[in-house]
Amino acid sequence: MRSVLLIAAKDLRIELRSRVFLYQIVPFAATTLILLGFALDADRASLRNFSPGLYWVTVLLAALLTAQRSISIERSGGLTDAMRLSGVAPPKIFAGKSLALFVYLMVLELLMLAGVAILYEADLVDVGLAVATAAAATVGIAGAGTLYGVLAGGSGVRETLLPILLLPVFAPVLIAATRAFGDALGTSAVNGWGWFGVGAICSAVYALGGGLAYGPLLETES
Amino acid sequence: MHEVTTAIRLRDAVCCYGSYPALTGVNLQVGVGELVLLQGANGAGKTTLLRLCAGLAALTSGEGEVLGCDLARESRRVRSQVGMTAHHTMLYEDLSVAENLEFWARLWGTPSDQTPAALRRLEVNEDLWNVRFRRLSAGQRKRVSVALLAVRRPRLWLLDEPGAGLDARGRDAVGRLLLEAQNSGATILVASHEGFPAQGAATRTIHLAGGAVSREASAETPPVSALQSSTSSASSTSSADAAASDAATGESAAPVGASASASDA
Repeated sequence: MRSVLLIAAKDLRIELRSRVFLYQIVPFAATTLILLGFALDADRASLRNFSPGLYWVTVLLAALLTAQRSISIERSGGLTDAMRLSGVAPPKIFAGKSLALFVYLMVLELLMLAGVAILYEADLVDVGLAVATAAAATVGIAGAGTLYGVLAGGSGVRETLLPILLLPVFAPVLIAATRAFGDALGTSAVNGWGWFGVGAICSAVYALGGGLAYGPLLETES
Repeated sequence: MHEVTTAIRLRDAVCCYGSYPALTGVNLQVGVGELVLLQGANGAGKTTLLRLCAGLAALTSGEGEVLGCDLARESRRVRSQVGMTAHHTMLYEDLSVAENLEFWARLWGTPSDQTPAALRRLEVNEDLWNVRFRRLSAGQRKRVSVALLAVRRPRLWLLDEPGAGLDARGRDAVGRLLLEAQNSGATILVASHEGFPAQGAATRTIHLAGGAVSREASAETPPVSALQSSTSSASSTSSADAAASDAATGESAAPVGASASASDA
């Protein structure tokens, strides 16, 4: 567990130091949220109804950038080799990288939730469901982002390959999280906790599968 | 448990990148405690040989054993006992010098109080310890990169062009470090096409060409005397300075031995 926390803390420290998250990813997400509102050219009521889907599409697009950033930290300077030479078990490296990505994304989702409330006038009627859904979905997004990052890294064309690989994988989480958020924001009459369960199962599969597959993929990367 | 006396044993080792054979059948045996210089032109296979010995490159065919571990089956065990400096620094650009060394020390389970001693040993200016790594000059980056090995104290040191980018003082500091490590029982393999610090102390020089060993020459002088003759005149002042610095801070540089182990494997 110590090595997982060390790796996560290192990634978070680098992110705080470089401010890429604050100055690039958060503005990108905010701009996307605004542009989606303009693109739909809808009235307030329609925007409010669409807000769960718009929210999660924005989060997923920003998650692509965040995953790219997380990979680039290790790709430069031969650090993938250094990590392999450290003797730390690959599942622990995966967990550490995913944990850091989880933290950034949760912060981003909190900020975007405020954005949705302000821009789309969405009301949070079930805070517990929203927080649980966000946490469960983010585990899956962070796990898949970390895993597919190392997979795309081995190809040498990761910048373009990563979105193509990741977006289909994100789809089940996106659908489940959007439905659950519909209930949490009071925009649709569905069983939100049921959809939360679907999303949580997908995320658990991604996290466990990622932990198992990360080692062999790390070996093929360099 | 039997004592390992051979650090590296390769038999007909072939290593390919795709269809390109970087190593075409290397036969090599290096004893524990040897300091071996690998020489050869660009593309001769020096870096690939180091990566193979580190467990980072896979054997395509042939056999290999490093520190008693089979390269094909136990590469993770090999890696946990090896330290390497390569063309890349293997350090995080947005962490400071001290943060970088402390991160790796903690990940390896090495006492983090080793890091100041290692930085002093490589004569990295104390004013730079809290500076982001990306702001350092090429020579300072190289010194910090080698200091990482002094923190880890691996059983097998693999260095790719350790003198590149270093000034005379830096080369001298690296040379002293390598010889201290060798005298503590570590095995050292240095790849260089233009010579390296403490070259006179090498027990053997192995020439690579076309991915295979083309020629081998043994040194006639013992390593320690070679160290003293090759570095004493250049290093007497800096050694004294380093010792004085250690005494002043109350931190003595720990002997550079071979003690690396996986913290967390």
